Parts: sequence; structure tokens; C-alpha cells
Amino acid sequence: MSGTRVLVGTRKGAFILTSDEAREEWTVDGPHFPGAEIYHLKGSPLDLDRIYVSQSSGWFGQVIHRSDDGGATWATKDNDFTYDGVPGEHQWYDGTLRPWEFTRVWHLEPSVHDADTVYAGVEDAALFKSTDGGESWSELSGLRRHDTGPQWQPGAGGMCLHTILEHPTDPQRLYVAISAAGAFRTDDGGETWLPINKGLRSGEIPDEDSEVGHCVHHLDLHPSNPDVLYMQKHWDVMRSKDAGDSWQEVSGNLPSDFGFVIAVHAHEPETIYVVPIESDIHHVPPEGRLRVYRSRTGGDEWEALTDGLPQENCYVNVLRDAMAVDDHDSCGVYVGTTGGQVYASHDSGDSWTAIVRDLPAVLSVEVQTLP
Amino acid sequence: MTTIRVVLPAPLRTMVGLEREVDVTVQGEVTQRAVLDVLEREYPALLGTIRGRADGRRRAFIRFFACEEDLSHEDPDAPLPEAVVAGREPYIVLGAMAGG
Repeated sequence: MSGTRVLVGTRKGAFILTSDEAREEWTVDGPHFPGAEIYHLKGSPLDLDRIYVSQSSGWFGQVIHRSDDGGATWATKDNDFTYDGVPGEHQWYDGTLRPWEFTRVWHLEPSVHDADTVYAGVEDAALFKSTDGGESWSELSGLRRHDTGPQWQPGAGGMCLHTILEHPTDPQRLYVAISAAGAFRTDDGGETWLPINKGLRSGEIPDEDSEVGHCVHHLDLHPSNPDVLYMQKHWDVMRSKDAGDSWQEVSGNLPSDFGFVIAVHAHEPETIYVVPIESDIHHVPPEGRLRVYRSRTGGDEWEALTDGLPQENCYVNVLRDAMAVDDHDSCGVYVGTTGGQVYASHDSGDSWTAIVRDLPAVLSVEVQTLP
Repeated sequence: MTTIRVVLPAPLRTMVGLEREVDVTVQGEVTQRAVLDVLEREYPALLGTIRGRADGRRRAFIRFFACEEDLSHEDPDAPLPEAVVAGREPYIVLGAMAGG
């Protein structure tokens, strides 16, 4: 029987949850790196025992760890995320210009094409790449040097590059998303970038359909249909059928189209999941009920999934990297909350169980399907 | 060559597998910069955790103490106190009180 490994990043360390394919009994291992904010940890799809960790601390800054044995032991790797050349300036909250300044790594994306390649999305927004398993990093600075760069501005959480998606067969194509600049695509391995925000409308910026400035919260795609992208924006759930060249809103009957996460079912390219959040002010589920919403039509038509999820007095948030799906025949879906619970479904979302409770606030959830 | 006793904060000691103190051997004048340069050379995992990778400046929530004095704002190229150079007192790197 195959196994399941859930990687949980929290405000105070990382946790590794393991189970078999049935996903009914779980072992919790951790905290790893106790006390440190673990913004993200993710395993290589090509080498399942290789796991990368982004550790961030106000005291000690950015640390990168890598395990080559599934999280049993760790080694520190390079943490030099120095911008390429003169960093330049971007918009600050008060309308002034501010120099780009590295703060932390929000997201690590091990490549689907090469086991030694991994990408890092950082704050202030930039994309770094390592081709030696994290031993050294170099910036793909064509993104930050895009003509629109000086117009980018931070969202409330900082100006972070939080989403990195690889095309499953074309290593030259990448998608990234930045709060609050928007989504971008490269077709030449990161040399040049194209803003892909046509169709987005954001009432929080003066020009609602500006080329950049949109607060994209997360993107996802299904590898069998990589030209179809799904987006949870600050407000609005969006879909693109042309690799981001244009977007259409598919919020449909959601109780709120604000949220952070979006994920695609492992085996059904048009089945997608979101967790509606009441508003950008409240950051809690509508009506105190934690509901995952599933659409089997690529959006527009949504159904609430509530079996096993708290349906009263629930005021947690689900942050942008805190939803993942596994590859088992019966697709598992995982959601981590700022209340420290990780909820799991082993039946595509029909029913849910808390596989761990009372962790520190969950920042990220990833899952590995083990042979 | 001069051997300096250095005390690191617990999270950094854990990260690099050190006991409470580590001896650092400095050639030439014993300054804060010289001690930290050697420390980072011998334990590269500490790079960026005490001083910024890009600018080499002390991280905001890191403090440097010795002989019951706060050296955090002193010139990093100024000589360390004689008691530290003689090994009677350690050079202390610690995380500042923060968080309420």
C-alpha cells in the first residue's frame, strides 16, 4: 500500500504528518525548527525524499534547509538572495518609492523537470532559481526588471511572490503571482515576462483593469490541461483558458468570492476547490462556518462541502499556501487553518476529518503521495 | 593569533550543532567584524543570521554584548575589550528582547 506525507509549515515550526493510502490513522512528527516561522516546505516531485524548507525569523532572518531522507535529517543550504544588480524601487503604501529589500522566502517550488532545480519566490517580489539543490541561488531578474516593476506595491502581507507554477512539459514556461502586482508568464525560462492580468478587475486600485496592481492570492493548474489556469484573487475567483492571456470570473454562487487558496483535483482537471472568506477586513469564514467549496465545472457552479468541518463558531483563516491535494486514486484534499487544524478529506472533499489539531497557526500545507 | 570565546543564541547553536560557547581564532586585531568573519567562515550556515547577506550590517534584532556592555552600536572595526581578548570574558551574540 502506498503512503501519504503531509508537510505543514506553521508560525512556530514544521510538522510532518504521515499515513497510508487509507489516510485514516496519522502520525505527527515535529516540531522541526521549533520557534521559527516556516513559510513553506515542499518535496521534490522527482525525488520524494528531498524536501526544501523556508525558515524565517525576525531575529535570524532567512534560512533554507533541505532534507534528503524525507525529513528525518536536515542540512542548511544557501540563503543568499541578493538581488541581481541595483535593486531599483517600487511603490510603497504611502505612494512613495522604496528600494527593493529582501525579507523572506514565501514559496519554494521544486521543479517537475529536474531534481536539482528549485525556484524561490521572495518578498520583496522576485524569483530566484537554484540548479544545484539549493546550494546557490541566482535571480531571474527579468521579472523584477519588467517595465511595470516600479508600479508594483505591497499588499497587506507584504510584496511577496507567492505562487510559482511550472508548465508540465515545457521547462521554458513558468507562471508566477505577486501580491499586489498580479500574474506573470515567461515563455523563455525567465528571461522575459508578460503580465497576464487582462480580465481582472480590482476595485482597490484606481484603474480597475490595470495591466498590473492586482492582488492575486493564488494560482493553480492541472498538468493535463496546462493552458487552463485558476485564480483566487483578493476578491473574485477567475479562470483563464488561454494560459493567462485573458481571464473570466467564475465566482458564481460562492457565498463570498474573497479567499486565499485555490486547488485543482488530482484527476479531474475541471474540479476545483476554494475556501471562501468573508472579506478582506474580517479574514474569517462567512457565518462562522468553515466550508470548502467544490466546482466540478471549472467554476461558476459551486457546492459547499461541510461534512466534518466546523459549522458554528469557527473564525479561522486559510492562508494562500495552505491547501493541497494528493494523487491517490481517491483524491485527498488538505486544508490548514490559522487555528492550527489540518483538515483532510480522502474522498475528494465529500467528508473531512481533523488529522491534527492545536498546532501553531498553519502557513502552508503540501502533500506527497508516496509509492 | 588570538582565541576568543563566543556565545551564540540557542537557535543558532542548535542549527550548527554547537555547545554554549565556541572558540574562534582571530588573526590580527580582534574586532567584532574580525570575530564574526571567522565565525561565519567556519560555520557558513550562520551567514545571514547575524549580519545581512547583502550589506553585512547587524540584523535589527541581534545584539552584541561583552563585559556587561552593549557593543551593538559600536564601530565593528574597533578593538574588543581586553578581557575578551584575554579570554576572561566571552563575546556574546544574542537575540534582542522582542515580542512583548
